[in-house]
Amino acid sequence: MSASIDIHHLTKRFGALTVLDDISLAIEDGEFVVFLGPSGCGKSTLLRMIAGLEAVNEGEIALGGRRIDTLPPGERGVAMVFQSYALYPHMTVRQNMAFGLENVGTPRDEIARRTDAAAKVLEIDHLLERKPQMLSGGQRQRVAIGRAIVKEPRAFLFDEPLSNLDAALRGRTRLELAQLHQRLGTTMIFVTHDQVEAMTLADRIVVMHDRRIEQIGTPMEIYQRPATKFVAGFVGAPAMSMLPLSGVTRGPLGARLEVAGVGHIDSAVTLPEGFATQGASIGIRAEDTRPDAGADTGADRGTGAGPDMNTGSNTGSGPNTGPGSLPLTVDVIERLGDRTLLHGHLPDGTVLVAQDTGRSQVAPGQVVPVGVDPHAVHVFDAAGRAHHAGEVR
Amino acid sequence: MAAPHRQSRPSNALFAAPYLVVFVALLVVPLCWGVYLSLQKADLFGLYGYTGWTNYARVLGDALFWQAVRNTVVFVAVTVPVLVAIGLFLGLALNARTRGAAFMRGVYFSSTVLSVTIVTLIWRFVFIPGDGLLSLAFEAMGWPPIGFLSTQGWSLFSVGVATVWWCLGLPMILILAALQQIPGDLYEAAALDNASRWRTFTRVTLPQIRNTLILVATIQIVMQFQLFGQAQLMTNGGPNGTSRPMVLYIYRAAFENWDVGQGAAASELLFLIILVAAMGQFWITNRGNKA
Repeated sequence: MSASIDIHHLTKRFGALTVLDDISLAIEDGEFVVFLGPSGCGKSTLLRMIAGLEAVNEGEIALGGRRIDTLPPGERGVAMVFQSYALYPHMTVRQNMAFGLENVGTPRDEIARRTDAAAKVLEIDHLLERKPQMLSGGQRQRVAIGRAIVKEPRAFLFDEPLSNLDAALRGRTRLELAQLHQRLGTTMIFVTHDQVEAMTLADRIVVMHDRRIEQIGTPMEIYQRPATKFVAGFVGAPAMSMLPLSGVTRGPLGARLEVAGVGHIDSAVTLPEGFATQGASIGIRAEDTRPDAGADTGADRGTGAGPDMNTGSNTGSGPNTGPGSLPLTVDVIERLGDRTLLHGHLPDGTVLVAQDTGRSQVAPGQVVPVGVDPHAVHVFDAAGRAHHAGEVR
Repeated sequence: MAAPHRQSRPSNALFAAPYLVVFVALLVVPLCWGVYLSLQKADLFGLYGYTGWTNYARVLGDALFWQAVRNTVVFVAVTVPVLVAIGLFLGLALNARTRGAAFMRGVYFSSTVLSVTIVTLIWRFVFIPGDGLLSLAFEAMGWPPIGFLSTQGWSLFSVGVATVWWCLGLPMILILAALQQIPGDLYEAAALDNASRWRTFTRVTLPQIRNTLILVATIQIVMQFQLFGQAQLMTNGGPNGTSRPMVLYIYRAAFENWDVGQGAAASELLFLIILVAAMGQFWITNRGNKA
């Protein structure tokens, strides 16, 4: 029933404007893949090309080994759930779900069996005789999913289906979609610009940016080992802090990364010989920092720390606490209950977000030494390519 | 004490007053005046007393009145479906965002802005015997000529053709507007649902513009029952009254025979017929649409 999807060298142009440039992607049978990217990156266009709603300019799309980009949408064996749901307003829920089956001559009793079964699963069996305008947003969403399920497609395509729901319903529907995928085991492609949806639903995430695929990987690969500076900045909230890299020396674990006017960060990253620091940057996630609120002293305030403060003991795999740390002047404190985010700046003006415990005592204006986990430091070269700890490039 | 915000005040009615004055003066007063006239013995010089239902009895006993009713009903029964059907066809054909479609919309709508005099003049050039366009065409084909404006049956048909040509713009534009309101993703969903073009038309397009079709039909029923100018100018109701519509009968009675009372009575009967026809059409098309 379910099938793999293979995309070969796909290009899409609208007039002179290229929106997708030479995309290649293999989706395995039964996989849940999320296309993630900012608005206008081409993710919805790619989905619509798979559905057959947009013509392919170059390249091929195959479903289960059979080329489908030459077929009309209805014959491709895919079902789509639209952002606006696109339910037929004059038809009842039952008619909405049955329409696609009637069009291919499915016997009446079979249509009734599948419709009833899908309605039961989605808990909309009491709504079957109602029309869409009598349903709430969440119920319409379920009908749209039910309309896709009854067709028993070889792949499901979801185009930002949760974006019209309120936050609580979005969270619940997200969970239900994950359960649906587990039960059906059918290949699913899900387009979103919401990284939480992508992280929670996906077997693999395809991060798209500026007409191309930036990275394909499992949610944790995308999060922990972003391939590019764009992926690092786009995935994760708050966004990864970026510090300018001014020099590299040998440290106890790997590269010791110099930040001009601030100090240095010891990392476990191994950089290639002759790594060009021009335009390169250091990426640090808030949760990989260790603000040491108790270490705040009058000496730290004002001028900040000179380079000599960073030559302290950085041994083992612990964070760069103590003297080898970054002096963060806290500007704004964001309390999230279980943790506290410290938004501030370093002596050179670079913005950095650090994460403290929920019971943080730090106050705005305070200068806090911030240690960094050397294994969680990312280095990006001028072209945006990433170098992580525990790898040699 | 200050008045609560948004409280309604009698002086607010002043804003509606200009419209109400015109509405009452030009619609309500004539309507009541017409009813009053129909119960009077009256000519163009004045009123000569209450006569009860006499005018109505005379109208209903007049064979020419019933001929005019028959002509008008046949005319409406043929032209309204044709107007809706051609309007729908043109709407579908021109529902494209191309320059050509926009141009053709203008072309098809242009006849609507012409006056009835121009319209009948144009169609007289087509239908008139001898030098008319159709005459010449028939002659060239070697067919026997037809007196389109002077033959029983053909005369009402000719008036109908001119009327459809003249009135087509409004149905087309209204239907086109309704078609453009249909969300594009419904068609995308239908494409993914494997719906054929015909199924998409009957199950998605038609239900979506249903209310507009009802509106167009109702407007056209009301308008075409009031057929007058084309019939008067093209055939003058002839031959032998076979293309004489009800309004022409009323005109003859009131302004040629000077029997204003009888004309008013016939007008009230026309008013009733239009009301019944429009309500009936509305009721029939809305039946079974309650959900």
